Amino acid sequence: MSVAPTLLAVEGLTKSYGGIHAVRGVSFELRAGEILALIGPNGAGKSTCFDMLNGQNRPDSGHVRLLGEEITGRKPREIWRLGVGRTFQITATFATMTVRENVQVALISHEQRLFNLVGSAARVAREEAGRLLELVGMGGYADRPCGELAYGDLKRLELAVALANQPKLLLMDEPTAGMAPRERIDLMRLTASIAREKSIGVLFTEHDMDVVFEHADRIIVLNRGTLIAEGSPEAVRSNPQVQAVYLGEGLVYDARHREGTPA
Amino acid sequence: MAFYVVQFLTGLASAASLFLVASGLSIIFGVTRIVNFAHGAFYMIGAYIAFTLTDRFSGAFGFWGGIVVAAFAVALIGVLVEMVLLRRIYHVPELFQLLATFGLTLMVQDLVVLIWGPDDLVGRRAPGFKGAVDFFGQAIPSYDLFLIVLGPVVLGILWLLFQRTRWGVLVRAATQDRDMVAALGVNQKWLFTSVFAVGVFLAALGGALQIPRDAVHHAMDLRIIVEVFVVVVIGGLGSIVGAFVAAVLVSELNAFGILIFPKISIILVFLVMAVVLIVRPWGLFGKPEAAARRTPGLTVNPWRPLTQNERLGALAALIVAAALPLFAGNYALTVGSEIAIFVIFAVSLHFLMSVGGLASFGHAAYFGLGAYGIAFLAKMAGLPMIVCLLLGPLLGLMGAAVFGFFAVQLSGVYFAMLTLAFAQIVWSIAFQWVSVTGGDNGILGLWPEKWAASPSHFYWLALGVAALVTCGLRIAVFSPFGYALRATRDSLLRSEAVGINAKRMQWTAFVIAGTTAGIGGALFAYLKGSVFPDNLGISLSVDALVMVLLGGVETVSGAVIGAIVYKALNIWLVSQTDLSKLVLGAFIMLIVVVFPKGIVGTLEMLLQRRKPLAPPGPTILAKPIESAE
Amino acid sequence: MRARNYFVGAAFALLAGGMAQSAMAQDIKIGEINSYSLLPAFTEPYRKGWQLAVEEINAAGGINGKKLVVVSKDDSGKPADAQTAANELVSSEGVAMLAGTFLSNIGLAVSDFANQKKVFFLAAEPLTDAITWSKGNKYTFRLRPSNYMQAAMLVEAASKLPAKRWATIAPNYEYGQSAVAVFKKLMSEKRPDIQWVDEQWPPQGKIDAGPVVQAVAAANPEAILNVTFGADLVKLVREGNTRGLFKGREVVSFLTGEPEYLDPLKDETPEGWIVTGYPWYSIKTPEHDAFLKAYQAKYNDYPRLGSIVGYQTIKSAAAILAKANSTDPEKLIAAAEGLSVPSPLGEVTFRKIDHQSTLGAFVGKTALKDGKGVMVESAYKKGSDYLPGDAEVEKLRPKD
Repeated sequence: MSVAPTLLAVEGLTKSYGGIHAVRGVSFELRAGEILALIGPNGAGKSTCFDMLNGQNRPDSGHVRLLGEEITGRKPREIWRLGVGRTFQITATFATMTVRENVQVALISHEQRLFNLVGSAARVAREEAGRLLELVGMGGYADRPCGELAYGDLKRLELAVALANQPKLLLMDEPTAGMAPRERIDLMRLTASIAREKSIGVLFTEHDMDVVFEHADRIIVLNRGTLIAEGSPEAVRSNPQVQAVYLGEGLVYDARHREGTPA
Repeated sequence: MAFYVVQFLTGLASAASLFLVASGLSIIFGVTRIVNFAHGAFYMIGAYIAFTLTDRFSGAFGFWGGIVVAAFAVALIGVLVEMVLLRRIYHVPELFQLLATFGLTLMVQDLVVLIWGPDDLVGRRAPGFKGAVDFFGQAIPSYDLFLIVLGPVVLGILWLLFQRTRWGVLVRAATQDRDMVAALGVNQKWLFTSVFAVGVFLAALGGALQIPRDAVHHAMDLRIIVEVFVVVVIGGLGSIVGAFVAAVLVSELNAFGILIFPKISIILVFLVMAVVLIVRPWGLFGKPEAAARRTPGLTVNPWRPLTQNERLGALAALIVAAALPLFAGNYALTVGSEIAIFVIFAVSLHFLMSVGGLASFGHAAYFGLGAYGIAFLAKMAGLPMIVCLLLGPLLGLMGAAVFGFFAVQLSGVYFAMLTLAFAQIVWSIAFQWVSVTGGDNGILGLWPEKWAASPSHFYWLALGVAALVTCGLRIAVFSPFGYALRATRDSLLRSEAVGINAKRMQWTAFVIAGTTAGIGGALFAYLKGSVFPDNLGISLSVDALVMVLLGGVETVSGAVIGAIVYKALNIWLVSQTDLSKLVLGAFIMLIVVVFPKGIVGTLEMLLQRRKPLAPPGPTILAKPIESAE
Repeated sequence: MRARNYFVGAAFALLAGGMAQSAMAQDIKIGEINSYSLLPAFTEPYRKGWQLAVEEINAAGGINGKKLVVVSKDDSGKPADAQTAANELVSSEGVAMLAGTFLSNIGLAVSDFANQKKVFFLAAEPLTDAITWSKGNKYTFRLRPSNYMQAAMLVEAASKLPAKRWATIAPNYEYGQSAVAVFKKLMSEKRPDIQWVDEQWPPQGKIDAGPVVQAVAAANPEAILNVTFGADLVKLVREGNTRGLFKGREVVSFLTGEPEYLDPLKDETPEGWIVTGYPWYSIKTPEHDAFLKAYQAKYNDYPRLGSIVGYQTIKSAAAILAKANSTDPEKLIAAAEGLSVPSPLGEVTFRKIDHQSTLGAFVGKTALKDGKGVMVESAYKKGSDYLPGDAEVEKLRPKD
């Protein structure tokens, strides 16, 4: 793999709430096509950090740059337009629409047709929506009401929606939370293959270390708002500080011991 | 100096009674999320019962006992209402409860006249508080002093109740997070009932305490309810302290405002509310609402455009309607025109509510602006009718553009209240600016030109426009815009995350709805040949809400049926009986309890069950969505 | 009957039951509209009044031998609903004329409707000057003494008061505004020396009486003009009494002597206010005695001003119909213009020039008697004496 350009550059990101530092001076970079995991114990500041990257939350100081462009403090919708897709820890979908329509709305927005009052939305980018749904394995569900979907399917739908604007970067906050173990592996494999194929950079947070160590190219570890380790899965796993943080939680172990999970 | 002190104290006394009623409303809303429109009715019943009791039993004991017993009696009525009516509808969307309590209010207005007679009743003065206290040459009524003390005392009692009792802790917890209380294993039913009882008690007490100052009459409820809503919203929903501060603020501003601008009191509260909401969207002491959870009762099955057969059915219905002049007389045609106009009005609000998720409580403002637009163009500029009809609604558009910009910054009840405030401000201008608008005497002589003058021609015109507007809005629902707008309603978070600027979508929807309402208003001006401030009044806004909810807010075009049923019933009842409010109120309550999805929503549910039979009857202009409960 | 099928295709069983009793073909029908549900306190006595009149007329043989039928509709206090009702009465009930209304805006709405549809309309109670003057039309007549007339009657008494510093309290809408404007104009003509020191404009029905009373007192007027009525008046009087606003001050007040407004005040009635009204207990004329007896016999209740207005509206309408001996609106207008009819308050003439009747009002002072408010020292003022000259009226009224 040749050296890809820096996609996301985070520098000295800081946020505090009422004197408590939620995130303190976090810096890291993400290259195109790279899958980066952000891990850390509960309350380490992962979600806060995440929300600052896509504009949900404004940092006190620090910079976020996307392909060199400053995006710090910009609105989520603006950051989306720059090619950043996002999935949420608790899925956010349009419950009164069909699965296909969920994707179509994102495509309507991507094609800048939001203020078209007379056309038929059902005909907008129908094939493209179908293709995206096929991609995430939801092709058969296209006409199902979104409100009826199982949670795992909602997560996959979110992925399809997040891919609608042909993103350069995917931000996935606990993409597999609430899913069955089997589904988790499937979803992350799917994500990884799409990301590699399209050279999309992926930043994800995750509690499930199996998922992390199997798919992440690189891992950064956050504890009490501070970045304490960064490196390849092997390096992170052997990092004593990380081990100390996770000590007793039994979360850092070799993914390979799990049956049926190839290295 | 003494004068200003006394004026200040007078303001405080006014604030006390306002606070009593407002705190009750705030508590009820905080816990049950019910926007209790009937709060004013309970206030009024409190005053009536207290009048009877204090009149029957003499002496200080008779008076004070009468006041307290009256408040308890009304609280008991409140419990009954909660158990029989509200309990059945907690699970339905918030606004339905508003509709139910509105129905109750209508009934009570007629009932008190039946029970206590039509005359204004003047009750006894409070024993021991009949006179005034001299303060440096200024007289302060001693009853005012009593009220000034009572306000903070009630605030203190409520505070203790909420801070020091288990019940209070539960109430506070429920105010913050309803689901949490349910999870705590608390019997939610009785918590709600008790909260409702306390709220109603406070309202009734507030009413009963008016006896020595006011006349008891059957319109007391409407005179206080809007003001109380305003106070609660300024203070922040669910906040007792907020209600107190807001009551004092509003009363003092009024007491001193009239010294400088004697005409200000009519719009003062609404101005204050508008400013507060723009600056502090959750009121002075309110907290931002928790991140938008999914609206309860939202439908699961997605909307879809009409099938070919359903389109034919709708077309057939339209043809039948268009054939009305062949066999109906002038009166029927005029009523038909009025109904068609209200269809336009209702679908415009329905678009905003069902697709945008924005329930406007002041939609009549844009209807009325359209009507006044016609009046100005036709009377002042002397333009021909067709030009007026095209340009008149632009006034509605402009109003919606300006007010909508501010309103869409808010959501939920706050949005509703800000739209109400704007509507009241517009109404006050029309009502007071006599030299331009003619005040409440309105602008007369706006009759249609020859080509549209005959009842049948005008009927066809109104029907045609109604059909066009309904189709147009349906197209908009299924357009990319409609989907994007619905996306902002379904999930603000997700829509923002896919690049949709929710405020701009909502603003656009607001302008569309306002302009459409303006079209209805424009036709209405020609139908009636005149415009009056009524055309922008609260009762018309409430009518529109009722029509939408009656049809079914979760449907695509349920408002069409809602408008036809409500308006026809209304006209017929007013024509047949003086007790139209009693019957209409009962009808509304029945609908809410039996068909909480509205008429069309219920029909759809039935059709869905009997699928694939589903014959699209002529009444089904609207299209299925179905809901799993 | 077919006109009732206005709701075709709807599943509405209720409608089927809605057939009103239809009248015989040779009956003469008057369509009557009033705010029965919104203002029952005023419209109930009014209804009793016209029902008595109908009974008397039919007992005396009807109108040229035909039975008189009054079809009455509620307008729920809204101009738009009043027009719907007017339309129903004209189009589907086939009434010969319209009559009634209480609120000025509703009176104007029906008057405009009458003008458009060329229907005769006898407005009963609306006070606004516009209905006969600035927005007058050939189809509309009005019975009750107008705002201007009541103001002129009050000014006659008020201008004799020594007071020079005046304050006004009036509800903030067209009625209150024009009452104050006319009073000020007429008063200033007679008394150029007076000063207007304060004006209060509480919202109609929502007076915050304490601050208003306090503010007026602070301006320290020698006399006060009051235009508030109903529940607002009750609040104002109570606060004013407690705070001593009326002590040592003259008060001139519109309509307060009408039993509708005076009776609720009971023992709190302020004394010595100069008011217009209807002291039914102290009118000693044979016409009124006859009315009073008949009314009390039928209803076991005393009449309010509304009773007089309701009674006289239908009596006048019947006289017009009898004289015209036709239901053609043009003939009705011709018959009504200049027609004089007897009334419990003496003969009343419908002026040709502006279609205003010359029904007058009583001006007197309020007093407390046995814990109840009454009017004393009252005198009947004929309406004809308090209308401006013909030349001025011609200027006020648009040409037909």
